[in-house]
Amino acid sequence: MTEPLLELDDLHTYFYTDTGVARAVDGVSFRVNAGETVGVVGESGCGKSVTALSILRLVRPPGRIEPGSQIRFEGKDLMKLDEHAMQKVRGNRIAMVFQEPMTALNPVFTVGDQIAEVARIHAGMSKRDAWAKAVEMLKLVGIPAPEQRASEYPHQLSGGTRQRVVIAMALVMNPALVIADEPTTALDVTIQAQILELMADLTRRLGTSVLLITHDLGVVAENCARVIVMYAGEVVEEATTATLFDAAHHPYTEGLLGAMPRVGGEAERLATIPGTVPPPTAWPAGCRFHDRCPYAWDRCAREHPPLYQIGGGHVSRCHLAEEPERRAHPHVPIAAELGAA
Amino acid sequence: MPSSARNQSFGALLFARTLRDSRSKFALVVLGIVVLAAALAPLLTPYDPAAQLDIVHLRSLAPSFAHPLGTDVYSRDVLSRVLFGARVSLSIAFAAVALSVSFGIAVGVIAGYAGGAVDVVLMRLVDAALAIPRLLLIIAVVALWGSVSVPVLIVLIAGVSWFAVSRLVRAEVLTIRDREYVVAARALGVSPWRIMLRHVAPNAMGPGLVNATLAIGNVILLEAGLSYLGIGVRPPTASWGSIIQDGAERVSDLWWLTVFPGLAILITVFACNALGDALRDALDPRQLPLTASEDLVHRP
Amino acid sequence: MRRYLAGRLLQAVGVVLMVTTLTFVLVHLAPGDPVSAALNGPGVTETVRQHWRESYGLDRPLGEQYVRWISNAARGELGFSFSHRRPVRDVLADALPRTMLLAGLSFALSFLVGIVVGVLQAERPGGTRDRWLGRVLLLLYSVPDFWLALVALLAFSYWLPLLPAGGIVDPVMHDYLSTGGRIADRLKHLVLPVVTLTLLSAASIARYQRSALLDVLPSDWMRTALAKGLSFRAAVRQHAVRNALLPTITLAGLWLPSLAAGTVFIEKVFSWPGMGLVTVNAIGARDYPLVTAGVLAISVLVVLGALLADLAVALVDPRVRLS
Repeated sequence: MTEPLLELDDLHTYFYTDTGVARAVDGVSFRVNAGETVGVVGESGCGKSVTALSILRLVRPPGRIEPGSQIRFEGKDLMKLDEHAMQKVRGNRIAMVFQEPMTALNPVFTVGDQIAEVARIHAGMSKRDAWAKAVEMLKLVGIPAPEQRASEYPHQLSGGTRQRVVIAMALVMNPALVIADEPTTALDVTIQAQILELMADLTRRLGTSVLLITHDLGVVAENCARVIVMYAGEVVEEATTATLFDAAHHPYTEGLLGAMPRVGGEAERLATIPGTVPPPTAWPAGCRFHDRCPYAWDRCAREHPPLYQIGGGHVSRCHLAEEPERRAHPHVPIAAELGAA
Repeated sequence: MPSSARNQSFGALLFARTLRDSRSKFALVVLGIVVLAAALAPLLTPYDPAAQLDIVHLRSLAPSFAHPLGTDVYSRDVLSRVLFGARVSLSIAFAAVALSVSFGIAVGVIAGYAGGAVDVVLMRLVDAALAIPRLLLIIAVVALWGSVSVPVLIVLIAGVSWFAVSRLVRAEVLTIRDREYVVAARALGVSPWRIMLRHVAPNAMGPGLVNATLAIGNVILLEAGLSYLGIGVRPPTASWGSIIQDGAERVSDLWWLTVFPGLAILITVFACNALGDALRDALDPRQLPLTASEDLVHRP
Repeated sequence: MRRYLAGRLLQAVGVVLMVTTLTFVLVHLAPGDPVSAALNGPGVTETVRQHWRESYGLDRPLGEQYVRWISNAARGELGFSFSHRRPVRDVLADALPRTMLLAGLSFALSFLVGIVVGVLQAERPGGTRDRWLGRVLLLLYSVPDFWLALVALLAFSYWLPLLPAGGIVDPVMHDYLSTGGRIADRLKHLVLPVVTLTLLSAASIARYQRSALLDVLPSDWMRTALAKGLSFRAAVRQHAVRNALLPTITLAGLWLPSLAAGTVFIEKVFSWPGMGLVTVNAIGARDYPLVTAGVLAISVLVVLGALLADLAVALVDPRVRLS
């Protein structure tokens, strides 16, 4: 098997606050292969965004990537690089697309300038060449009249156009990996589809790997080859997209799927998962999902489940892997009983 | 969570965090010493601050063992005057700030909560007032009316110092006005005055308090300046500024009349400002503890 | 943007009118008047004073005096100064440029120094450089204006006689100096006042700039800049500063009140015959025309400054410029 482009090995990122240590990412491992689009799914607070920032080592105090975490990219451990070497990776070999294009772009610089900046930093281009490159990138992402657009400021553009600019900025140096953190969440539904299509098209053409972070399973279904489900700072399930949608194993994934609105289905109430994510300063012992799980039994409260192999690259952090017969006896989750729903 | 419960833990957290800052530890020690010295002035001073010790020659003596800070042009002991001056300067500052901050908070809360025409009128007034150099305003009033008594001086200073506080508090109120507990109270038919008093004001006071700490330092400076110009406290009352004024004619000869009171002012104001800075950093929303990890992500 | 500026202009005029009206009322409400202040020798009777009051129109109703004054002022006719025995316009014409020289120089210098220091601090917030600079700035911020001036005078004019003790030029030697000597003389007299004013102002500005920078550091676009591969220092210098300069420019416009107040003390200590000193003395002498004209001049400058700052922000901030 060829070496993966990116391999996270036991990543721990903790935040040291006044009210305690928030273990935002608590032992996450996965890989992304060359040319692959992998989705990371989870609710707010599950640690997916922190994971993304950790890969680029953009976590600032009071946060810290704990020693012992390994982030292997193109064969090197990013954790071992000094800051200067890391700057050469950011925007160059790994690029990031953020959620809110309005705030992600600097309001006092033209969009052309901001795209050109990447070329100036990493390719050492002159101002003129970098500007030409910026115009070229704007064309690549499908913005009409790119020469004029380049001289405009972020606030003069529509939301969809702004996000295209952000994507253009990410792709300038033809990075091996693009991390997209909720790239479409802040956009209109109609624009969302366009942007996702654009990203899929470009990354396929350029052979870029994508780590697509989202809370929306619908997005994942359309665009990702593999899916990683995160909950409470951990990976709870990993599978190919097809497998996940057909045969999800972890009860949390089931809950997410149940909560997905589906066009054309019966008009039923969307199932919500009762309860809320526990605070990252106090992860429960045992399975972190057990108080919201319809199948949980006493073992779940006591014993923290490892990632069980389900077969064919499908893993799930659930004791049901060892005692599948329990699935026949669903009950009201503890959280629902406490009326916390 | 009821607003009072949230306030309690917030207040306690704020207090703890401020105390952890090395600046506030330093500041509180210094301020403690100054306030203590001022309070115990009668016990600490070897001489009466108004006593002219050498009426015949009226000689001004340089610092010596008998007079650690020297004597002034009327041969009064400077150390005693500085200690008693602390009382005057500090009490003027505390009183004026207490007055102005209370008024500023009140105006800010009313303007922010009432909104509409009331808000516009009040804030236009404040903006225009902020444009006028307050020193000149006080100089104008005091100089035109002749010298003023200390209480009047306090009211005057307070009168020109409340503007900034009101703006700060108003901004806070605008964010609080639409919070659940306020909306709930309104829906329950609680009278607006009661809402302002019990729900809005306690939560909006934060920046006002920081401002108050810094304001004490500013007022000490202002009063010193006015006294230096001869339009602050009346003789024979000594404030730090007036002691400097006494020596203004012969600065080069009687340097101790300038240097020591000035140092007293500097140290006290420095401590006030250090405390104010520490408070402001502690109140900083960027540093407040966060619960959800997503918040942690989006506040790098 | 034109509508925005027109609105601001209107507002500015309103403020100036309000300030001058306030001053007028204040001055006339105070006990005493210029006549009683000027003519209070033992032999002067009340009849004489009343005669003078009538000839100056000081006994007319307040409203009438006000209208007369406003209409005259609009034409540039500012009245006669009792304490200087010269037309007010001449007094101001002499004093204003002197203050503007002092204020202008320290304004430019203090903003330059203040902004640079603020940026130097924010490049590594909480670091050693930041903390030490912060302590020095806090010290300068806490020092009384007049006291710093006095100490500077003591230190550099008396104990180490390097610089002159006050005035604009050497009262004795200036006229006998060569052109170069005269320039040097003027410069030497400028050093202490300007440096003192600059140090005091720069401290506030640096603190403000540092705070403005720290405010924008958590912005999303800062994170984007870092994700693009910029070093933190480069991101601060290129991205953050541009954004954080905007509030500082606004501060620059609002700086004139502080400058006006600050120069009063500096002018007094260094015997610099500018607007501050003239106005303070005029107040003491109950010289109504000079006081009101002086306050008018200062408030016009203040308002103008605020207007210019708004204009500058409008030009520099693309969000305002292109709306």
